Amino acid sequence: MNIVVCVKHVPDATGDRRFEADNTVDRVGVDGLLSELDEYAVEQALQLKEKREGEDITVTALTVGPEKAVDAVRKALQMGADQGVHVIDDAVAGSDYLGTSLVLAKAVDKIAAEQGPVDLVLLGMASTDASGGVVPAMVAERLGLPQVTLASVVETQGDQVRIKRDGDTATEVIGGTMPLVLSVTDQSGEARYPSFKGIMAAKKKPLETYTLADLGVDAGEVGLGASWTEVVETAERPPRTAGEIVKDEDGSGASALTEFLASKKFI
Amino acid sequence: MSEVLVLVDHVAGAVRKPTLELLALAKRLGEPAAVFIGSAEHAGEATAKLAAYGAEKIYVVDDAEIRGFLVVPKVEALQQIAAQANPAAILLVSSAEGKEIAARLAIRLESGLITDAVDIAKDGTTTQSVFAGSYTVAAKVTRGIPIITVKPNSATPVETAGAGTVEQFAVTISDAAKTAQIVAAQPRQATGRPELTEAAIVVSGGRGTGGDFAPIEALADALGAAVGASRAAVDSGWMPHSYQVGQTGKVVSPQLYVANGISGAIQHRAGMQTSKTIVAVNKDEEAPIFELVDFGVVGDLHTVLPAATEQINQRKG
Ligand SMILES: Cc1cc2nc3c(=O)[nH]c(=O)nc-3n(C[C@H](O)[C@H](O)[C@H](O)COP(=O)(O)OP(=O)(O)OC[C@H]3O[C@@H](n4cnc5c(N)ncnc54)[C@H](O)[C@@H]3O)c2cc1C
Ligand SMILES: Nc1ncnc2c1ncn2[C@@H]1O[C@H](COP(=O)(O)O)[C@@H](O)[C@H]1O
Repeated sequence: MNIVVCVKHVPDATGDRRFEADNTVDRVGVDGLLSELDEYAVEQALQLKEKREGEDITVTALTVGPEKAVDAVRKALQMGADQGVHVIDDAVAGSDYLGTSLVLAKAVDKIAAEQGPVDLVLLGMASTDASGGVVPAMVAERLGLPQVTLASVVETQGDQVRIKRDGDTATEVIGGTMPLVLSVTDQSGEARYPSFKGIMAAKKKPLETYTLADLGVDAGEVGLGASWTEVVETAERPPRTAGEIVKDEDGSGASALTEFLASKKFI
Repeated sequence: MSEVLVLVDHVAGAVRKPTLELLALAKRLGEPAAVFIGSAEHAGEATAKLAAYGAEKIYVVDDAEIRGFLVVPKVEALQQIAAQANPAAILLVSSAEGKEIAARLAIRLESGLITDAVDIAKDGTTTQSVFAGSYTVAAKVTRGIPIITVKPNSATPVETAGAGTVEQFAVTISDAAKTAQIVAAQPRQATGRPELTEAAIVVSGGRGTGGDFAPIEALADALGAAVGASRAAVDSGWMPHSYQVGQTGKVVSPQLYVANGISGAIQHRAGMQTSKTIVAVNKDEEAPIFELVDFGVVGDLHTVLPAATEQINQRKG
C-alpha cells in the first residue's frame, strides 16, 4: 500500500508573520517549521503502517515550497516516514490554493507512476498559516477521488476507511473505499517526537526533488500570475487599544464587571 | 440583474442564521437566489424563511437520492444550477462543509475562491482577517464566477421580502459522487443556548475553571450567551470538542466575548480575536489575554463570576 502525506512548511506562529511587498506571505525571511497540524497526519500514516504490520506499506512525505520547505519533509522522515518528495520551483511562489493543489495532485500522480498506485493521500486539517482547509478537497477533486475529512479517529480494514468526525451539528461516522483523500484533526492523537535513532535513520532515507517540468506542469499554470484571485491590499490591524483592567478586591471586581456590561448594553 | 447563488445551510428545513446573513450580502452583488438541497418535505418551511429574508428565487433540489453522501453531490447540484443561471457570484457559509464544497466547485467552474471572508463590498472585493486576526486582507476574484465563503456573524440579516419564486431543480448526480458516505450520525444534544458560531455573546472557560463549568454556564445563561471552551478545557475532558474556540475549534466573532481562566494563547486568539468587545477574568495579571481586552478583572473566577451573575440577574429583575 502506498500512502502519501502532504506536509507544509509554515512560518512559526509564535514569531512575527508578515506579508511581502507583493502581498504574498513572507516565507523566506521568517523561521519556519513543519505545520503542527500536519504532524498529526504523519502520525496517523505511521500508526496505520504499524497497525497493519506485515503488509508492504510505504509512507511518502510530500511538500511543495521553497528551499527551506525541505525541513518539513526531513521532520516527517525523522518521525518515521519512509521517503520524501520536495517539489521546488521558482514558478510556484505565490500560488493560491488552486496552484498548490494542482502541484500536489501532479506530484501524487508521479509518485503513483513510479511506485504503483497511491491508496491514501493524507493531509492536515488546515495550514497553520492560511487556515483555509480547502487544499484537501481540491486535491481530491483534481485526483478524481472521494474525500473523508477532519477525522478525529481513523480506522481501516482492507480497502475500507472509517472515520469519526465532530461535525457542526452532529458527530458522524463516515465511510469510504480506498483510494481516497483523508484529512485528520488535532484530536486524532498526539504526534510522536523523532527519536535519536529516527533522526539518524532519516539521513539515509531517499529524498527526491521535483521541478514543475518533472511533473509536466506548465509554469504558467501556477504562481502568483496564474492565481484566480488577487490580493488588493494587506494591512496590519491596529493593536487593540489597551482596555481597563481592575483588580478584584472584596468583591469589587464583580460590580465593576457588571457595570461595564451594563454600560455597553449587554444586560 | 444577475443572480447571486446562496447555498442554504439548514437542519431538516430549519435555516441557520449565517444563511440569512449571506442573503443580505448577496443583495449587494445582485439578485439573491437561494439553493436549498434537502427533502421536499422540509422545503416549505425553508422557502418561507428564505423569501422573508430577500431570496428572489429559490432552487429546490430534492435530495432523496443523495442523502447521506458527502459534499460531491452538492457540488454537482451547484455546478448544474450555475451552468443554467450564470450567476454573478456563489456564496457559502464558511463551515467545514461549505469550504469543501466551494473548493471542489472552484476547480470545476475554473473560478477563483476566497474563503473566510468577513465582508463583501458591492464590487465583490472581500475582506479577510488573517494571522490570528493581526492582518486584514482585501482580495478579489479575477477569474470565473467568484466563489466566496463567509464567516458567520459577518453581516446582519435583513428582513426584506423577496419574490421567493420556487424552482424545482432536477440534478443528475454521477456515481462517482456517491462514494464517501455517512454511516451513522449522532445529532448534538440541544443545550437550549444559542449556537456557538452564531451567538451575539460567548462566555468561555479554560483550564482556570479547574473543571467546574457551572459558573461559566450560569453567567452565559444570565447573558443569553453561548458557552465556549479553550483546548485545555476540552483536552481535559471537561467540555466536548464542539465547544472549543480557536484555530482547531470554532472561530467566533460575537459582539461580546468573555474569557474566564483562559491565558490567551495564539491558537485561542485565532478563534476569538475579531470579537467586537472582549472581557477577561483571570487571576494572573500577566496573562496575555489582558493585552486584548476592553475590560479585564484580575481575580478568581470562582468568586467574581457567581457574584456578577447574581447582580446581572437582579438588574434584569
Ligand atoms: C496545533 C495547535 C492547535 C491549537 N488549537 C487550539 C484551539 O483551537 N483553541 C485553544 O483554546 N487552544 C488551542 N491550542 C492550545 C493553546 O496553545 C493553549 O495551550 C490553550 O489555549 C491553553 O488553554 P487555557 O488558556 O485554558 O489554559 P492555560 O494556558 O493553562 O491558562 C489557564 C489560565 O487560567 C488562569 N486561572 C487559573 N485559575 C484561575 C482562577 N481560579 N480564576 C481565574 N483565572 C484562573 C491562569 O492564570 C491562566 O492564565 C492549540 C495548540 C496547538 C499546538
Ligand atoms: N505547500 C504545501 N505542501 C504540502 N502540503 C500542503 C501544502 N499546502 C497545503 N498542504 C496540505 O493541505 C492541508 C490543508 O491546507 P490548507 O487548505 O492550506 O489549510 C495542509 O494541512 C497540508 O497537509
